[in-house]
Amino acid sequence: MKKIEVLGPGCNNCVRLEANAREALTLAGVEAEIVKVTDYAEIMSYGIMSTPGLVIDGKVVSYGRIPSSGDIAVWLGE
Amino acid sequence: MTAIPMRRPVVPVWAWAAVGAALWLLAWLVNLPAANWVAFELLSLEPGSQLGESLAFFVYDVPKVLLLLTAAITVVTFLRSFVSPERVRHLLAGRRTVPGTVAAAGVGAVTPFCSCSSVPLFIGFVEAGVPLGVTFAFLVASPMVGPVAVILIWGLFGPLVTAAYVAAGLSVAVVAGLLIGRLNLERYVEDYVWKVRMAEIAAASLSIEDRLREAWSQTRSIVRRVLPFIVLGIGLGAAIHGFVPEELVVTVGGRDNPLAVPALVLLGVPLYLDAAGTLPIVEALVGKGLPLGSAIAFMMAVVALSLPELVILRRVMKPRLIAVFVTVVASGILLVGTLLNALFA
Repeated sequence: MKKIEVLGPGCNNCVRLEANAREALTLAGVEAEIVKVTDYAEIMSYGIMSTPGLVIDGKVVSYGRIPSSGDIAVWLGE
Repeated sequence: MTAIPMRRPVVPVWAWAAVGAALWLLAWLVNLPAANWVAFELLSLEPGSQLGESLAFFVYDVPKVLLLLTAAITVVTFLRSFVSPERVRHLLAGRRTVPGTVAAAGVGAVTPFCSCSSVPLFIGFVEAGVPLGVTFAFLVASPMVGPVAVILIWGLFGPLVTAAYVAAGLSVAVVAGLLIGRLNLERYVEDYVWKVRMAEIAAASLSIEDRLREAWSQTRSIVRRVLPFIVLGIGLGAAIHGFVPEELVVTVGGRDNPLAVPALVLLGVPLYLDAAGTLPIVEALVGKGLPLGSAIAFMMAVVALSLPELVILRRVMKPRLIAVFVTVVASGILLVGTLLNALFA
């Protein structure tokens, strides 16, 4: 099973990103666990300063923006 | 890569962008005549009457501010996709104090960040070895002279006020950064900040279409969120425009009252109104004779310092550092406001 991490302190943008990620799971037909990472030190250990960030299986796929569910579905399929 | 059914847009994004820009321009041009027509023809209110003037202000300003804000946020989000703080921090590390601080204020002005990112931004700068004063210059300049504030001020007050505002804002950021740098306040940064280690990350590669699409979706979401504040701000502005007598504004907020600028700064610091909601109020007050320096000081205090932002920064700064930060920036704004009032007498 894939692991999706949403990096961000919990502001509006992070909530939207998480919603898009959930939608992407349905679009791609993939099962994944979604984890929210809110601890700043942990967020930054990924190298990002602009939240929200999105990590799939340990790899940062986007940061500082809110990718669409379609984009996330494509990354999930890779 | 597996095949995933995706909705491919039939019309290319650049065509949408061109159509959008043309519609924007058209709306901008017909706004004033349309507002006057609604207030004075459709509702047949009397030009010059209190209610008529208030209403005309409201129906003119709501579309105007919305248009300005839409343009501003689209530009900002588009810009942000090119200049990221992740890259900027290395630009600012290892420079000497004065050039570093000036560069930070300048770069800050074109590197917008969302206020919920200010903590990671601060940690990231510190981690890259950017001095504290330089980091603060960036933190002050970015919201204060950022594109959203600048585009709104340009649209509502014209180029002269915008130039004065930008020059004043950059000066406040540079002086605050230099001062904070001299005070050796490193021990008032929370201890864990020094221990964070960041990975390096490659810049995201995005097509222009992606960037435009992202900019538009962000714009819609933000405009929807701040709409109530804008309507409220413009409503207040309209009431001031129609009903508050000019003598009152001139007496209370004018040059002859030495307490006017300090009071406006004190009022502006805790206020957390969106810039878009505040500016129409300031616009109405300036129309009633509020001096330019006082108006600029108030706008700066609202945009640069806010209570929620300080609460967020508490995560990385001990109270004393926050106190120094607020004092230095507020004093700078006060000085700038007083100076501008004297210059544009």
